[in-house]
Amino acid sequence: MKRILFLTALFVAGFAKKTFERDQVLRITAKNEAQIFLLKELSEQEHLGLDFWREPVHESLPVDVYVPFHSLQAVRVFLRYNQIQYNVMIMDVQDLLDDEEREMVKYRTIPRSTDDFVYTAYHDLNSIYSFMDMLVAENSNLVSKIVIGQSYENRPLNVLKFSTGANRPGIWFDTGIHSREWVTQASGIWFAKKIVTDYGRDPVLTDILNNYDIFLEIVTNPDGFAYTHSRDRMWRKTRKPNSGSSCVGVDPNRNWDAGFGGGGSSSNPCTETYRGPSAHSEPEVKAIVDFVKSHGKLKAFVSIHSYSQMLLYPYGYTSTPAKDKAELHELAKKAIASLQSLYNTRYTYGSIITTIYQASGGTIDWTYNQGIKYSYTFELRDTGRYGFLLPANQIVPTAEETWLALMAIMEHTRNNPY
Amino acid sequence: MKTFCSVWLLLSLVELSPAPPASQEPPLACTGAPDPAPPQPETAEDMASTGDLEPTHYPARRAAQVALHYLNTHHGSPFRVFGLQQVHKASAEDVGAGGRKYKLDFSVTDWGSGSAGPALRCSADVLFPRTERHSAPEVQLHCEALHQINSTAQEDDAFYQKYISPDSAVSARDIPDSFGNMSEEMQPFWRLARVAASFIMLRESSENTEFNMAKVASVTQQESREEQLMLEFVVLLHDFPSQEIVQWKLLASWSPDRGVRVLQTEWQPRCPHATKPPN
Repeated sequence: MKRILFLTALFVAGFAKKTFERDQVLRITAKNEAQIFLLKELSEQEHLGLDFWREPVHESLPVDVYVPFHSLQAVRVFLRYNQIQYNVMIMDVQDLLDDEEREMVKYRTIPRSTDDFVYTAYHDLNSIYSFMDMLVAENSNLVSKIVIGQSYENRPLNVLKFSTGANRPGIWFDTGIHSREWVTQASGIWFAKKIVTDYGRDPVLTDILNNYDIFLEIVTNPDGFAYTHSRDRMWRKTRKPNSGSSCVGVDPNRNWDAGFGGGGSSSNPCTETYRGPSAHSEPEVKAIVDFVKSHGKLKAFVSIHSYSQMLLYPYGYTSTPAKDKAELHELAKKAIASLQSLYNTRYTYGSIITTIYQASGGTIDWTYNQGIKYSYTFELRDTGRYGFLLPANQIVPTAEETWLALMAIMEHTRNNPY
Repeated sequence: MKTFCSVWLLLSLVELSPAPPASQEPPLACTGAPDPAPPQPETAEDMASTGDLEPTHYPARRAAQVALHYLNTHHGSPFRVFGLQQVHKASAEDVGAGGRKYKLDFSVTDWGSGSAGPALRCSADVLFPRTERHSAPEVQLHCEALHQINSTAQEDDAFYQKYISPDSAVSARDIPDSFGNMSEEMQPFWRLARVAASFIMLRESSENTEFNMAKVASVTQQESREEQLMLEFVVLLHDFPSQEIVQWKLLASWSPDRGVRVLQTEWQPRCPHATKPPN
């Protein structure tokens, strides 16, 4: 009689709803045939929404049952009343599903939002362009997308603009100018998300954005980037053919009008440091040149490369020290200290020509000569162990530590207007 | 600066030990219009410095990398590869007969023991000869406590036993892959390739180069000989100053007793810059 009463109670115990929060999976150990019989009866109570992962068969075998939250109390009461032993196998099915979902999201081709986006993996060009559009859509009062030009193969050169007001001076970051340096584009994506996350939360960034615009070009060399995915992971240059040669591409970091043609760049189209037929011959470079000149108020310019773990300031084309060398050196030291504070990653710093090698026609030499005092180049992780093929699990740590250095540079720019 | 032309010159060297000598000329393998003649070295500003050197800057760093390659050729194994941690002190002086000798004080870590291996302190003399044709730098190296670091004898033996069997025929490509992934099983092969590549990198180095191994394009196990594991590697080396990727095929042997030996090396032309890749 009492048994029927309890079964009736269970009958009343709520209706199914399709979410798995607080649902559990119980492992039941029946100790005799009578208990098995009870469990079989329990399994026939359809309204409880139970799902027996292991059916009640024999007292020597465990019975696993999925119990939706609304039935949980009733089922437990039933088991206790009948002195049927059980324990909780899965505390919260939704948690488990969330974990699995997160894992699966990594393999999903189209994330639904920038919260869904997998920052711990390398992405192709389409994914990154979609990310940009999503970010803009989600934060339309803070972020917009500007197309500053087209690559040789007619891909849009997209720049994200983070702005809270008009006519502001600006700060520029670019990643991926050399397409094989994949950790840089990946970090650029992370920086974009970081900015929207921290605006309104981090006082320093908020103050910076209330006074400066931030421009971020994540895939500065999209043709090269597409090529690293489709044909040659080690491709560095642009993809513009060179007349009179079977060799393709120009080194976009030797193509700028600063010491153009000098030592530290090559005149041979078949080399990685080929400077191009003339300064700014590459549309990817020209687009930035035009943007910088027409903006007219950029105050900091950071071009991001990998690898070697360095923070460099001008010049690369000459050993004559930059006019602001002392300040740039001090700021680099500070930025590196911030960077190192996170994961103890060691960076070297100094002028390009003394620290890494002579290189002429480089980006930041040109921007510096345009009057953008805080012109820096980063070389991100690592120092040669994996080189360009940095494992994806280092993307986020690299981006996190680099961000601290970027913040130091931005903060200094903010505090030292010129 | 290191130019493509120098790379071409360097690449016509003979192999290291008894084996058929390589062709002295880089083989022509790119289709389409012939590549322009190798560029002449650009006239670089003379960045040479003597006396005390900034330890974090490239002249000291390049010399330290050479010492590292030397260290790895002597002490590298499937479970041990050294990487440069930091240069503490460096100086250079011109030596008679046109060469420059670097004196270095630096620390290295063992990549084989995970990312947090203890640092070893080393000192080295690296002499870059100044000859018409390139010749390999000469290294004298001493590392403290080299014999005190944890022995990898057990792992070496297990690895050896596993792959010395006659039906072992390891064959793999792209280590690591484009995303930096490398399976557990491939890690000792990657390290062996890195050690074998160190022979080449050491030999090819000058004051104008800075080599790293970018990746192992392929590893193909050959039939074991004289109780040595025989591995044919194709490796991609990255030279920093020129930013060139240079491809080498090499045949290496290894056993726990004899360590790594490189028997044959062959420069392989790549035509990445050409519109039409070779057939």
